[in-house]
Amino acid sequence: MPEPAPITDPADLMPGLIRGIGASERTPHWRPGLATGCAQSEMFASAREASGAGLALALAQDALRMAAPDPTADTPDHRPFLWVQDKAALRLSGRPYLPGLPAELRHRLIHVAATTPEDALFALEEGLRCRDLAFVIGEIAGNPRALDFTASRRLGLAAEKHGVPLWLIRLDARHDLGAARMRWRVEAAPSPPPRWNAHAPGATTWAAELFRAHTYQPGKWILRDDGLALVAQPYANASPPDHGDLVHGAGDRSLAAF
Amino acid sequence: MAIWCTGLAIDRWRLSEGLARGQGADAEPLALIEDTAHGPRIAAANHAAQVAGAVPAMRLADARTLCPALGVRPADPAGDLALLENLALWSQRWGPWSALDPPDGLLIDTTGVAHLFGGERTLLADAINAFTRRGLGIRAALAPTAGAAWALAHFGPEAAIIAPGDDPMVRLGGLPAAALRLDDDVILLLRRLGLKRLGDLHGLARDALARRFRNRRSAASNPLLRLDQLLGRLPEPLLPVISVTAPLVQRRLMEPIRHRTLLDQVVADLAEDMARLLEALGQGARRLELGMWKVDGDVAIRRLEMAAATRDPAHLCRLFATRLDDVDAGFGIELVRLRASWTEPLALAQAQLDAAAERHGTSLAACVDRLTVRLGPEAVRRPIAHASHLPERAQRWQPPLIDLPSSQEEFAFHHRPLKILDKPESVAVIYETPDGLPRRFRWRGEVHEIARAEGPERIAPEWWRERSTVRLRDYYRIEDAAGRRYWIYRHGVIGDGRGGAPEWFIQGLFA
Repeated sequence: MPEPAPITDPADLMPGLIRGIGASERTPHWRPGLATGCAQSEMFASAREASGAGLALALAQDALRMAAPDPTADTPDHRPFLWVQDKAALRLSGRPYLPGLPAELRHRLIHVAATTPEDALFALEEGLRCRDLAFVIGEIAGNPRALDFTASRRLGLAAEKHGVPLWLIRLDARHDLGAARMRWRVEAAPSPPPRWNAHAPGATTWAAELFRAHTYQPGKWILRDDGLALVAQPYANASPPDHGDLVHGAGDRSLAAF
Repeated sequence: MAIWCTGLAIDRWRLSEGLARGQGADAEPLALIEDTAHGPRIAAANHAAQVAGAVPAMRLADARTLCPALGVRPADPAGDLALLENLALWSQRWGPWSALDPPDGLLIDTTGVAHLFGGERTLLADAINAFTRRGLGIRAALAPTAGAAWALAHFGPEAAIIAPGDDPMVRLGGLPAAALRLDDDVILLLRRLGLKRLGDLHGLARDALARRFRNRRSAASNPLLRLDQLLGRLPEPLLPVISVTAPLVQRRLMEPIRHRTLLDQVVADLAEDMARLLEALGQGARRLELGMWKVDGDVAIRRLEMAAATRDPAHLCRLFATRLDDVDAGFGIELVRLRASWTEPLALAQAQLDAAAERHGTSLAACVDRLTVRLGPEAVRRPIAHASHLPERAQRWQPPLIDLPSSQEEFAFHHRPLKILDKPESVAVIYETPDGLPRRFRWRGEVHEIARAEGPERIAPEWWRERSTVRLRDYYRIEDAAGRRYWIYRHGVIGDGRGGAPEWFIQGLFA
């Protein structure tokens, strides 16, 4: 089997993609406010909380802020965004609520309530092909048969071709095979005490783990949207990875880690 | 010219049964009834029934006592109005403008057309003849103003004409006050005042009438306004009926087609014809109906509604393609017809030569159309704010491309969850004191320790639309030990006299 020719010119690589000896040290770390150019991200979250949708919206907003403004545009970007939910996701975690959405996204939402995961995937793909959408959020519960690696790759190709980013939220899902460039595991984190009432819940906080990324080192952060930008701080009580359990499939496991 | 169809509903029933006047079922007493809050009421009655004593506006029970053999049929006011609209268009043969005078009249502007028919008398005779040939009994009159013509048609002599030079009050003075097209209560008042004829009103001083009838907004409640309109001192605009033909293209097929590929080809041809037709009109289609006539006389109709006006043939074909899957061709389709029943103005747009290649992808309207066709119109919607305190009523859903209604800004100090459950789910809550903060709750089989809570935010029921027994809600914003944030509420308070111990529900999930 012939050796693939080593790529020497870094300009040929995608931004942040490093190969060769010592690549893992030289691979950049993700931080908020980075124009990742990532068209397809997946967030694994529990259906008992809205953290997945919350972080997806926050990251999408972050990406919109970071995007270079169009010099010829004379009006600010008010393109709508699509939020697709399948029936199980709608039942488990509820539907978007207008007064609770971020203020700048509030009136730009187009909601699609699909019955089956197949319909949800169709709606996602149609949304990704639409040039008038800012981004697309999908919410699919569990591991439906329709959402296999092929479907995931299909969504990724459509997103990259048309430049519409996709944030796919997987509720209560196993980490099966997927083509997403960045895969996150999201859960809620205790919020900082607010200034005036220490007994009240504070600003929305997430513990987000980037466990699989194409161009960035994996990591775990405490993320918070302070209204102007997404703020990250390193996850404090990070426990060492637990390798004791048996692995039941290839899944998203990093083969190099073993 | 005013035309009064004296028995429009009965004539329409008779024509639909295919009977001549006074023959067959029309010889028996028959009434058309409408349902009211106080039981069935007679809307119209035929001649035999009226002779027997059953008159319109009488209760059916009363009429049955007078005439036990009275037959009944349901009245159809919507159908009568549709017939009247058709008649209004048809009667434009006597004048360029015609207006409806519901429930059973027509007004036609015949200014300067009488000489085409050989004079006013022949014009009127022609109209009466034409209506009689259609089997409709009418009374018609010609006058310089619409009000005068209406008064003559309803209360004047048969085929009365007021020439432009005549003094109208000479001819109209003897008519009753009801000839002024007034509301019932105003007519009653005039009768109590002793003003029974138009001549009585005309003889009075204007000041006295103007003081008595002060409503100048609605002409139907002010006899002075009506009198001025009748005499031509005040303008009375008519709302004309204009026929709009829906753009229609069709293909008659030499051989009946039974295969899907051929049907797709026909639909593509029709879509291109329709695009050409609509482009010439400067219109875009919002709703399309595709009718497929089969050899055995069966018709299959597929409707399509677009989110925005369009005439792009490729887009239309793609939308129809998903709708044609379940068409049963039977012995073959011999005629396919495409009709745009709802169109909107759509100007020609500049084709982008270079940008079209670069900015690929579909437009938003096309995307919404594709989603709507597959998932249904109820699935693709956008939320809009609604003025209500109740959280589940504070947002409504509307089709995505309709303009947002104006609404007030929400209060910035209200914390609202990112998502709400369609139906609040019951949770078991342990709390410190009956009205105190919750401590722990169980939801979907898992116990959440509440670390922090804020509340209550009391939201009272909307008493103006709900029953008095509906309980208020105390909302708490809580965060559990793991940092998960929820919106839960206690339904009612202890001792509010609206049920037993309050229950707890979870309604929202904060991000």
